[in-house]
Amino acid sequence: MAMKARTLGRHFRESFKSVGRNSWMSFASASAVTVTLLLVGVFVMIMMNLNKVADDLEKDVEVKVLVELTADEKMITKLEQDIKNVKGLETIVYSTKEEELEDLIKDFGGKMGLSDQNNPLRAAFYVKASNPQETEKLAKQIDQLPNTYSVEYGEGKIDKLFSFLNLARNIGLGLILALLFTAMFLISNTIRITIVARRREIEIMKLVGATSWFIRIPFVLEGIWIGILGAILPIVIVTVLYINLYELVQPYLVGELFNLLPLTPFLFQVNALILLMGIFIGVWGSFMSVRKFLRV
Amino acid sequence: MISMKNVYKKYPNGIVAANGLNVEIMQGEFVYVVGPSGAGKSTFIKMMYREERPTSGDIFINDINLATLKSKRVPYLRRQIGVVFQDFKLLPRLNVYENVAFALEVIEESPKVIRKRVMDVLELVGLKHKARMFPTELSGGEQQRVSIARSIVNTPKVIIADEPTGNLDPETSWEIMKVFQEVNNRGTTIIMATHNKEIVNTIKHRVIAVEGGLIVRDEAGGDYGYES
Ligand SMILES: Nc1ncnc2c1ncn2[C@@H]1O[C@H](COP(=O)(O)OP(=O)(O)OP(=O)(O)O)[C@@H](O)[C@H]1O
Ligand SMILES: [Mg+2]
Repeated sequence: MAMKARTLGRHFRESFKSVGRNSWMSFASASAVTVTLLLVGVFVMIMMNLNKVADDLEKDVEVKVLVELTADEKMITKLEQDIKNVKGLETIVYSTKEEELEDLIKDFGGKMGLSDQNNPLRAAFYVKASNPQETEKLAKQIDQLPNTYSVEYGEGKIDKLFSFLNLARNIGLGLILALLFTAMFLISNTIRITIVARRREIEIMKLVGATSWFIRIPFVLEGIWIGILGAILPIVIVTVLYINLYELVQPYLVGELFNLLPLTPFLFQVNALILLMGIFIGVWGSFMSVRKFLRV
Repeated sequence: MISMKNVYKKYPNGIVAANGLNVEIMQGEFVYVVGPSGAGKSTFIKMMYREERPTSGDIFINDINLATLKSKRVPYLRRQIGVVFQDFKLLPRLNVYENVAFALEVIEESPKVIRKRVMDVLELVGLKHKARMFPTELSGGEQQRVSIARSIVNTPKVIIADEPTGNLDPETSWEIMKVFQEVNNRGTTIIMATHNKEIVNTIKHRVIAVEGGLIVRDEAGGDYGYES
């Protein structure tokens, strides 16, 4: 379908004119796009942040290995080596019982009647699994090693957290897909109403010698404009919403194990996604609805 | 030149609307197609721009065989033929100027040429001053003239019209015939199905009478031949 540039220009002008002259139908279609993209945008916002929280938490799942009081330096070095040999280990940090005491005192603001002389604490190794979901397995293996007193980690809690996050992610993904399909159905229906009204026009155009592409391109362009129009409000709302949310919540999260996604590049990503989806929905909708009537 | 050879058309409902048509029409001829209602005039006309496809037989327009022409090529055929419809078939959302220009946009003519040619034909049909109006703002006769302007704007060699005066009062009909006559004088073939006895009997041309899907009479400078 080789086409002259001026014909493409003509299609652009026609598609603009058409949006304007059918302002009511254009408004209805763009509104359908707006509602959908708003829902999807807010959803993506929540999901991506849940993901971030999950990732942050996963990164911070630590196993604390307490060393037997009876173990001497040699045995501790041997234990460190043994732990390092366990498969799936990412990092290991040693902390003497004096350091443990300092941490404890710091946590309680130095108001404890404990000194180095009667330090009841044990030396510890802080260990992380390279795959956070394998933390439990790693912990059990370390527990088998000689000279470990006990192994502590979130145990049941971590499992529950992970299964919750996994569930949330899957449900979120499912919902987004369902929303998308609803939107496409909604929009192709809206456009179909327009097209049915234009069915006669399409027939006339064919009788005057227009090729299928000549008819189709302005409709597809029109779909693009409607998609873009429909994306404006969701982009504004999602941006304002997230900036406010971020400024409200983020101060409380300083020093916590997890954070929200920073404003950039997150907002650019979400808004680009909304815009692209708007365009895609518009193009798809008009393509599908013209298709039927072009087979004359 | 247009020719039909043993053209037969049976609609899906079993009605035979063309029952062995044989005809030749030379370049520059003016031909009336007459006959009672349901005789097959519209079918005869529609097969010439491939709105309908013959069930068997061949139809040639300048060596293109419409019976075997691929659907993809049909738009290119239609650009060589100007069609005037009884119900005008104007695009409702385009104004007069844009409706006529559409036939030239389709062939990717330059905007300069489009402007000149559209204004020229609007002048010819006497609607230059209504170029910015929309079809709904026009009378039936004016709409028909727009439809004629669109059919001649890309200077086709053939114009096919199915009852172009069917919906018009006598006075407007005569005006439209003037336009057709003018176009025919420039060498364009005109094929026109009509029920208008006065016109056929006054502006004498070749008359092809169709009945029951058959050509029953074909005479140069003939009469309408039916009571109307
Ligand atoms: N699309 C169609 N499907 C089925 N039958 C049709 C179709 N079009 C026409 N016919 C039948 O074919 C026959 C010829 O119809 P056609 O429209 O060619 O007649 P006509 O001579 O143009 O009549 P009129 O003067 O009333 O316009 C009629 O019996 C009609 O019922
Ligand atoms: Mg008819």
